[in-house]
Amino acid sequence: MKASHVIWKERLRDQIPGPLGAEVDQFESEIVLRQQGKIDEKVFAETRLRRGAYGQRYDNGHRYDGTESRQLPFADKPTKGPGTMWDAPGMLRIKVPFGGLNPRQLEVMAELAEEYSDGIAHVTTRQDFQLHFIHIENGPSIMRRLAAVGITTREACGNAVRNVTACPLAGVCHDEAFDVTPYSHALAWFLMGHPDTMEFGRKFKPAFSGCAQHACGLAQMHDIGFVAAVREVDGRLQRGFKIVVGGGLGPVPRQARTLTEFAPVEEMLPLTQAVCRVFGKHGEKKNRNAARIKFLVDKWGIEKFREEVFTVRKELRPDPRWTDMLKDAEQAAEGPLHPPGELPAVNGDEKLRAWIKGNVRDQRQAGYVTAAVTLPLGDITADQLRALADAVAKYTRGTIRTTVEQNFLIRWVSKSDVAALFADLAAVQLAQPGASSVVDVTACPGTDTCKLGISSSRGLGGELRNRLVQKSYQLDEAIKALHIKVSGCFNSCGDHHVADIGFYGVSRTVNGYKVPHFQVLLGGQWENNAGSYGLPIIAIPSKRAPDAVDRITEYYVKHRTKEERFFAFVKRVGKGPIRDLLEPLNQNLPSHDVEPGLYSDWGDPRQYSIGDIGIGECAGEVVSRYQFEMTSAERLVFEAGLFLDAGNVQLAGETAYRAFLQSAKGLVQVQYDDVSNDPDEIIAEFKERFFDTQLFFDPFVGPKFANFLFAAHAGKGEQFTADTAHHRIAEAQLFIEAVHNCYNKLRSTPAPTAAKA
Amino acid sequence: MELQHFVAKIHADGPLGLDPAKVVDVFHQWVAAQSVPRVVLIDVAELLHVPDGPGVIAVGIEADFALDHTDGVWGVLYRRKNVLPGTNADRVADALETAAQTALRLQEAFPGALKFSRTDFELIVNDRGIAPNTPESYAAAVPEIESALRAVLGHGDFKLTRHDQEPRQRFGVTVKSAKPFELARLAAR
Repeated sequence: MKASHVIWKERLRDQIPGPLGAEVDQFESEIVLRQQGKIDEKVFAETRLRRGAYGQRYDNGHRYDGTESRQLPFADKPTKGPGTMWDAPGMLRIKVPFGGLNPRQLEVMAELAEEYSDGIAHVTTRQDFQLHFIHIENGPSIMRRLAAVGITTREACGNAVRNVTACPLAGVCHDEAFDVTPYSHALAWFLMGHPDTMEFGRKFKPAFSGCAQHACGLAQMHDIGFVAAVREVDGRLQRGFKIVVGGGLGPVPRQARTLTEFAPVEEMLPLTQAVCRVFGKHGEKKNRNAARIKFLVDKWGIEKFREEVFTVRKELRPDPRWTDMLKDAEQAAEGPLHPPGELPAVNGDEKLRAWIKGNVRDQRQAGYVTAAVTLPLGDITADQLRALADAVAKYTRGTIRTTVEQNFLIRWVSKSDVAALFADLAAVQLAQPGASSVVDVTACPGTDTCKLGISSSRGLGGELRNRLVQKSYQLDEAIKALHIKVSGCFNSCGDHHVADIGFYGVSRTVNGYKVPHFQVLLGGQWENNAGSYGLPIIAIPSKRAPDAVDRITEYYVKHRTKEERFFAFVKRVGKGPIRDLLEPLNQNLPSHDVEPGLYSDWGDPRQYSIGDIGIGECAGEVVSRYQFEMTSAERLVFEAGLFLDAGNVQLAGETAYRAFLQSAKGLVQVQYDDVSNDPDEIIAEFKERFFDTQLFFDPFVGPKFANFLFAAHAGKGEQFTADTAHHRIAEAQLFIEAVHNCYNKLRSTPAPTAAKA
Repeated sequence: MELQHFVAKIHADGPLGLDPAKVVDVFHQWVAAQSVPRVVLIDVAELLHVPDGPGVIAVGIEADFALDHTDGVWGVLYRRKNVLPGTNADRVADALETAAQTALRLQEAFPGALKFSRTDFELIVNDRGIAPNTPESYAAAVPEIESALRAVLGHGDFKLTRHDQEPRQRFGVTVKSAKPFELARLAAR
C-alpha cells in the first residue's frame, strides 16, 4: 500500500460526494476484513468486482515461461477471490458515463496512471478507462481521488449495470434526432446501486445513439439500447427513444429486439427500471453462461418479454427522479468557448492536411468541428493526458469524450483554432491521422493482461497498425474506410463481430506445437448501429494474419464494383473465394526449427502456450485422424455460413449441426477408434468420456460448449430462422474451438525439445 | 518529510544501439528465473507503441524495472512500489543502487549496444500525496537527498535541480554529477 493512503483519506474527506465516499470507506473496511479472514473469498470477489477491481493474467499464481508452467512466489496470504492471489496486481476499470470527461478528470487519470499503474491509461471499447497492475490495497486511494473529481468505479465490473455508453457526437451530429447526453447521464446515475439492479445474474450494458443509421452508439449490440427519435403529437414535437433489448456480442452474438418503437423521454427511466426488474427476477442465476438478458429474451420471445415489462412498468411505485433527472435535458447543451471560424489554409503542410482529412469533421453548428485524437491501441501516457487536458481547456469549454474506437473526441473546436490545436496535439504526438480508418485498429487487452486471452490481440493490432500506417498513403480509399477489430478470444471485447475484418484468438496444434491463431471473420457491419455480425471463415496462424489482411484487401480492390462497400462486396462475392485466398496461409507451415517465430505470439518471444491448462494424459493418439475429422468439421461450419448468406437458413442450421457431430466424433475417436457415425452414439460417447469426466470443461465457462452440442442434438430436425441458424453456426464454431482446446489439453504441453510427437 | 516510492532513472548514454523490443525477451527471462532479489516479478509489459512512453517494463509486486522512454529520453528505470523501511537516505540509496544493478544487467545482456550515463540520472518521488511538486517539497527534501547522494556517490561534486517546475508533475530532482560514477561500484554497494 502506498505511504500516502491516510493522507488522501484526510485531504479529500470534504471533496467527495457522500454516497461515493461511504462506498469507498466500505470497500476499505472489506479489504481489512478479508485480510483478517472475516469475509468469504467469493463474497469479497463480488464486492471488489462491483468496485471495478478486476483480476489480471497470472493472478492464479501460475505463469508459463516458455518451457513450463511455474508457480509465481506469491506470499501466503488470503486470496482476493477463488484462485486469486492477494498480491497479484489487477486491473481497475473506471466508468466514464457517455465518455464525458473534463480537464481536471484527465489530469487525475494521469496522476493515477503514474503513481499506481504502469504509466498508461487505457481507453476501452465501452468508453471506460482501465488501469493495469493495480494493487488491491491501493484501490481505496485511487477511488477517493477519482470520486473527488466526480468519477466512480462502482459497478464497472460484476453482475451490474456497466458503463452507460453514448454516441460521442451527441449534440453536434448532423443526423441525430436530439442530444442524448443528458439522458445517458441521467440513466447512469439513476441505475447506479438501484435496488432493481441488485439481483442480476450477469452484467447489463446500456447504450445510447442519436440516430439509427450510424455506428457511434452501437445500440443493436447492447443489453439495452436507446435510439433517439422525435414524433409529432398534436402539432408539437415530442422526444423519445426506440428501445431495444437483448443484444450483445460475446461468444454467440445477438441483435437486440425492439421493445418499443417509441417511448417518450419521461418513460425512459421507468421503462428501463421495469426491464431491470424483469431481468433481475426472471433472468438465469445459476448458469452464468446463459444469464445475460439476451437469453431471457430468447427463451420468452420478445412479445412475452415486452408484455411482462409493460405490466411491471404499471406496477412501479412512482419515483420523482424519473422526471426530475430530465428536467433540464432539453436545455442542456455544451457550447463553444471561441467564436465560429473557418478552416485554415493548409499551405503545403501535408501532416496538417492529412489530420484534417482523417480526424476533423464538421459539426452541425456552422464554424465548428470535432477533432478525433487517435490513441494506438487505446493507450495514452500521463504526459499526453495532461497535454490533452490543456488543449481541452484552451479550445473548448472543458469537455471531451472517449469513444468506443478507443480514441478521444474533442468537440466544439472553432475552425479557426484547428491549426493551433493540431500543433498542440502534435507536440505530444497525439496528432496521428486516420481516425476511424483501417489504421485505427481496435484491440482488447488480450493476452497482455486478460486472464481469458488466447492470442495476442494487442500484438496483432499493433503489428497491423504499423504496417498499415507505413503504407497508408498508397492505400486505396476503399481500404482506408475499412474497420479492423481484434479480440484475444471469442468473448468479443474487441468488437470483432462488427468489423469489416474481424479477428479473434484461438489456438491450434501444428507439428506437435501449439501455435497462436486468429479466426478471420467477415460479414460484420459497423454501420447501422452494428447492424449485422460477422462469422468466422478460417483460422490462420497469428503471424500470418497481416498477410490475410493484405490478401483480402487486394482482392477487394481488384474485384469491387464502383463505390461498393466491403460489407456489400463480401455479400456479393461470397465468403468461399475469400476463404480460398487465405487457405494457403495454413498450408505447409514450416517446422519449429525453420521458423520458430511462427510458434510464438506477437510481442511475446516465449514459446506459445494456452497457459496453465492441465497436464496431458493421452499423448500418442492418432493425430492425423483427429485432424482429418476437425478439418471436415471446420469446412462444414464454414459451408453453413455460406448457406446462411445464400438465404438457405434450414440447410445452414442443419450443416452447423453436422459440424458439431463431426468435431465431437473427432474428439471421441482420440479415445475410441470404433465410434460410428450414428449421432446418438457420438453424443453418448462424448458425454461419457468428456462431459461426465469434465475433461471437456472449459476452465472459465465450465460445460458451456458441451451444452451447445447437447442443445443442437436435442434440437435435431428443428425449423431454423435466420437468427437461430446464425446462433447455431456461431455455437458450432465455439464448440470446435473447445474441441481443439480439449485435444491440446489431452496432448499436454510439451517442452520445445520434446514437442515433436 | 518521509519520502517513499522513489523512481530512479539513469539516462542512456547516446542513442540506443538496439531495437528496444529485444529487451522484452530479456525481461521474460528475468521473470522466469525470478532473478531480482526481494522482488516477485509477474509479467512483462511492452508499451513501445506509445510515443515517449514507458517502453518495456518488467512488472513486479514490490518494484518495476524498465527500459523507459518518458520525455523522449531512453534510460533504465527502477520504480519502487511498496513502502521501504529505513530512512530517506536508505531509500535514495536503494533507488540508485537498484537502478545501477538493472543498468548493468541490461548492458551485460546487450554488450556494446546499451550504454548508460555515468553522470546523469533522475530521482522522482512517485507519490503526490507525500511529496507534491512544490518549492516547499524541494526545500524540505533536498538537504536529505543531497546528503544521501554524497554517501552513495562518495563525493559531493554534483548539481541537483528540480526535475520539473510544473506543479502537476511529480516531485523529483535531476542530478548531474561532475565526477563520473561507476555503475558497478554503485550496484555493488
